[in-house]
Amino acid sequence: MRLSRAEYKDIVRATEQLRPTRQCMKILKDRFPNHSQSTLLSIFSLEYQKRTKRTISRHHAADVVESHYQRYLNEAKARPAAPVLLEMANEVDLSPALMGRLILDRFLQDVSGEMHSKAVLNSMLKEPSLIPDQVLANNIYQCTINDCCYGPLVDCIKHAIGQEHEVLLRDKLKERNLSFLDENKLRTMGYDKTPDIILEVPIAVEGHIVHWIESKASFGDDYSHRTYLNEQFWSYWNRFGPGLVIYWYGFIGELDCQRDRVTAQNRILQL
Amino acid sequence: ILRCKRGNRFVSFLLNFLREQSSPALAHGTPAKTPNRPRPAAQTGGLSERRACRSAGSATTSRSSSRVQLFSPSSSVSPGAESDAAGQLSGVSAFSSPSFSTTWNPASRPSGSDRRHGQRVSLGDFMTSPPDMQPSPFQSQKSRKKNMALGAQGRGGRGSQHSDEMGFWDTGSKKPGRGGGHSRSREQLSPPSTLNFNNLEDFPPVGSSPISISKPSRRINPTPVSAERPRSKPKTCFTSTPFTKLSSPPMGAEVLDGSMRVGSPLSLQEERELLKREKSKRAQQPAASSPCLSSLEPCTPPKTGVLGGAKVTPELQTLCPERSKVTFTPELDLLAELYCACISENLVPNIFLELFFVMQLLTSMSPPSNDAEEQESFSTTNSVHNCVYFAVTVLENQFQLVAHLDKGALRLLAENERVASFSPALRDLLIQAQGKSSAKLSPSVSTFIHSVPFQPDTDNRSNFGNDKAFHTFKKQRDVFYEALREWEDLHNEPGWNFDASLGGRIRGMMNQLTSAGNHSHFARLFLKQLVQMCKGPRMSGAPGEPPDADLLEMLGADGLGRLKRLEERLIQPHGIVGPCPPPSFPGHQEFFRDFIQTASCCQLNQHLQDSLCQQLLQLDEVSILSPSASIKEEDEDGDMEQQDEKQRFSSVLLLARLLAKFLGFISFLPYQTSERPSREIQEASVALVPVLDVCAVLDNSVRRRRTILTVPWLVEFLSMLDFVGPLLLCYRTLFMCRRLQLRRCADVCYLNKLLLVSVLGWLFHDCIPLVDQQLLYFCCPFLSEFRKLLAAFVSGSTAKSGGIIRKITPTSAELKDTPIANRSQQKLQGELEQAFFHNQPPSLRRTVEFVAERVGSNSVKHMKATLVSELMDRGEKILRDKLKSLNFNTSKLNESICALLCDAGLEALERKPELEKCFFCCAVLIRREWKIRFDRVMKALGSPDSVNVSGAEVDPIAQDRPVGPKKKPGSERAMICPPGCDHSAALPSDVLIEMKELLSIAVGPRTEAELPAGSQIKALLHRARDTLACRKVRRRRRRNCNVFFF
Repeated sequence: MRLSRAEYKDIVRATEQLRPTRQCMKILKDRFPNHSQSTLLSIFSLEYQKRTKRTISRHHAADVVESHYQRYLNEAKARPAAPVLLEMANEVDLSPALMGRLILDRFLQDVSGEMHSKAVLNSMLKEPSLIPDQVLANNIYQCTINDCCYGPLVDCIKHAIGQEHEVLLRDKLKERNLSFLDENKLRTMGYDKTPDIILEVPIAVEGHIVHWIESKASFGDDYSHRTYLNEQFWSYWNRFGPGLVIYWYGFIGELDCQRDRVTAQNRILQL
Repeated sequence: ILRCKRGNRFVSFLLNFLREQSSPALAHGTPAKTPNRPRPAAQTGGLSERRACRSAGSATTSRSSSRVQLFSPSSSVSPGAESDAAGQLSGVSAFSSPSFSTTWNPASRPSGSDRRHGQRVSLGDFMTSPPDMQPSPFQSQKSRKKNMALGAQGRGGRGSQHSDEMGFWDTGSKKPGRGGGHSRSREQLSPPSTLNFNNLEDFPPVGSSPISISKPSRRINPTPVSAERPRSKPKTCFTSTPFTKLSSPPMGAEVLDGSMRVGSPLSLQEERELLKREKSKRAQQPAASSPCLSSLEPCTPPKTGVLGGAKVTPELQTLCPERSKVTFTPELDLLAELYCACISENLVPNIFLELFFVMQLLTSMSPPSNDAEEQESFSTTNSVHNCVYFAVTVLENQFQLVAHLDKGALRLLAENERVASFSPALRDLLIQAQGKSSAKLSPSVSTFIHSVPFQPDTDNRSNFGNDKAFHTFKKQRDVFYEALREWEDLHNEPGWNFDASLGGRIRGMMNQLTSAGNHSHFARLFLKQLVQMCKGPRMSGAPGEPPDADLLEMLGADGLGRLKRLEERLIQPHGIVGPCPPPSFPGHQEFFRDFIQTASCCQLNQHLQDSLCQQLLQLDEVSILSPSASIKEEDEDGDMEQQDEKQRFSSVLLLARLLAKFLGFISFLPYQTSERPSREIQEASVALVPVLDVCAVLDNSVRRRRTILTVPWLVEFLSMLDFVGPLLLCYRTLFMCRRLQLRRCADVCYLNKLLLVSVLGWLFHDCIPLVDQQLLYFCCPFLSEFRKLLAAFVSGSTAKSGGIIRKITPTSAELKDTPIANRSQQKLQGELEQAFFHNQPPSLRRTVEFVAERVGSNSVKHMKATLVSELMDRGEKILRDKLKSLNFNTSKLNESICALLCDAGLEALERKPELEKCFFCCAVLIRREWKIRFDRVMKALGSPDSVNVSGAEVDPIAQDRPVGPKKKPGSERAMICPPGCDHSAALPSDVLIEMKELLSIAVGPRTEAELPAGSQIKALLHRARDTLACRKVRRRRRRNCNVFFF
């Protein structure tokens, strides 16, 4: 699942007009039958996050929020059973879950004044039945459940995937009888930077010395790789020497040919 | 006699005399490429840059000349003249400033007939013969007269200073400026009669200047063609110190500039220009060098700077030195004997400088001059025949010293046709010595560079006062490595500047350090990283690109090393630096030096200084195994221990030298100025106590007979001296320290590598066999100059047969096959081992080594007592039988029995699978034991044929280190799964995703087609149940996980 940059670009281009719904995911899957759903979802998710980061500010402007809210109120009154909020989100190209959050936030301002807490908002997003307005609760639920990039459910799944892969990795290492320290152990020992795994006895994988392993349950694109490098990998390298990163959902093949000394020195492996 | 004060003066006289006498021959030097390095960037760079250098141009000038020459005449040169020279140098046209010579100042050169005398004086200057000294008996009439005249002048000028015991050293107050009242001619003819060791121009501090600025990159004297031209010969070519890449100046102005490239277009252009000029000059030379010139002043067609395929002036090659043409043989013998005595007694400032001089004599060239003229020559060593004769005689006499050179130099010496024709005996000795030499010039380069490992014991939160400090330091570690990586990647790029690129970040970091009070932590990290990267023998310059993995696989590490050397040879012409290069910061050391300078943080410096001092004093206390313990035992255990001890010693020594250099650098940094400080400042600084009590350390070391360790690192420390340093009392008393036998060899200001060389030369006679050649060459990389000089001669003399021949053994790329795979496997195994220990506390390594050694040693003993002794008995029986029955060729018999025994031993081992790994060890053991047994039997039988068979000095234990202890398995928590669970349940996240999808359909919007059947929902619920029940996460269908290496 090492993608060439061209392949990756193709996928990215295909995601440009998509919305984060299961229908759009299906389109993407049909278009790229050779790639696993997880990889496609991971790439789409990363791209969608970038898109959101670019555009989110304009949805947060007070007047925009107000106009969204009024529009929702009007349409929900007219068609109480329709997925009004979801349609609205898709129309203005905002993540449904985020749209739900905006509207709920605005709604709570009316109900309990300015002083509602973030915790209340979050708990309502997780459990829409707590929302006093039934129609809004339905709409919010539709938004969070249909969004495949944002929202409490997605966060939960992402977290689960991350955990699973770490467990998977530890099991693999135990199977091979390798001695290692995991993140929790490292933290209790007072390490200032903690990769997922530090091997007590380094191993060689395909001719490369490996002292530590970091598991990433996502696709490795330029942006995330660069960010990880600066925030994590170099720090690990500075403390523990060379190591290994696993992108479980694939990565851009060209990343290892970067002019970056470390990546250039090292190769990508198919386990 | 030689050891008394007068002797001292005599020695300097003798040395100058020799140089003077041989200067005509040496003017031609070695017929080889002149070091045609391009000029350092500092010359083209702005003035400010140059100012940033430790010393101004004038200091540089004289300094480099004094590095080159033993006793420079610069004290006789008026300050004005000095600055003239400097001005000339600092101009943009410095490179082509035609008649600049390191010793002779054109501005003060007299004209007309005086001229020659004036020049002569520059070498005869220090004829400090006491009044009662007899002129050397071997001097011919005329030259004696001349020298006497000079001597008289000298005496006249000296006054009564030398009656004072310290006068020899103390005349420093007589600065050249004071002699301003002298008339010009007098200045020329009556040079100062004492060696003014306190004179900073004669003996400037070692680290005080980048010599690079001062020295034209070649010996060519490209003066405009004129009748005078042949007379202006370079006087000091024999010890010139041209600029090389490695001798980077302390401030690194050039390095920062980044344009210190071999063969930059600009310098190439300039060299072409020069070459052109040379050519036209030579075309006109016949007219210029008219026969009226005396033989003492032979026409000296300057050497060409060899560029590309340009040849060495062929007409110079025509004269071959012949044994039969040697004149004044008895005088030469006497002179050589005297000279050798000086070297043996270590009376010369630097024995290797003398050796270098001798080699230059050996390889000198002479212009074709007619024999009749030569007969009338008044000098003993001015003909090439005499030079070579003298050199060969000295080399024969000093063979013990010569034999310690590296293999390459010995080979070149042995192959030198002059050596062969003058002394076949010497040649034979050299060939023999080659076999014994173990010194290598290019140490293997470690490609395995690590960061300092994070150790919870010293680095975790509990070691910091508060969270802020802890987290600040976390960031600082990363910033530090980022800077290091950036430096590694970019510092060779043109236009890259340390301060401009990293200065901001580093200073920001220093501010944070200060506010968080983390200096000690950072200082520790800094020093650890320094030691890690720079402790080993010099890395081959810049780290550059890591070797290509495929190439490495194809060639093997060894092949790649050869390829590298080949590349170096092709790219760099051999630049002869001379045996006294200035101190430098090669490889990664440069980063650390620049970092300290850029950070410019007094707290950090103090921490570094304290830490360095402490570590050094600790290292200095490291126990050195007494020789009796290691030498007495003749069996292999003793050998091994001794070997280990040597290794340990060399590692301690290298480390101490590195730390001492940086301690010196930081200690003297505040006093580094481009100008000589004013008198008041000097006096004030002299009163201060230096960081390190050099006298006490040295005293202690001498008392405890540990100078072998202490002196080399003290030298490194002192090599960083500033202007004032040499005046400090402790440094001066250091060299009064007679017990060191360094007596006259080192003056305070000359205190640099010279001392180390002398020390090491002296150490060869030491009873503790700690220093081996390898270590010597690591510590004194300039020793390779001998080989370069000789190689230059070879290439020069073969030029006449049509081109420069360099021995290059081609390396061919082989296809991957098993042995190579094995080799890379071995390499990887080694790297893994290194990597493992790297992140562990050092105590673990010691423990593992101890255990491994004990186990290995016991195994060997066991094997020896059982299997091997049995085999030996068997072998002895066979041997005795055979010897009785037949008249055998004993050496053949010996070999065949040995092979037999080895086979038998291996066979026996095969029956014991647990001993599988002992194969190699066993074979070595059998061979060694058999040799001893064989010798014993032969001796008992009275046969002279005890053969040196094995010679395999392999450490059997090292081959068979046991692997680290295995971790106990099964400490993990048991997975509680329902009985019969095959762990095939879906991943929780997959179930979650499915459920979410189902829900989203349920909540809508949806199409009818999307509606799931009841069975689908049921199946999902079953899956969810299974997933919840199974505790083991299985790797599902994901076949491809993707991995990145760091």
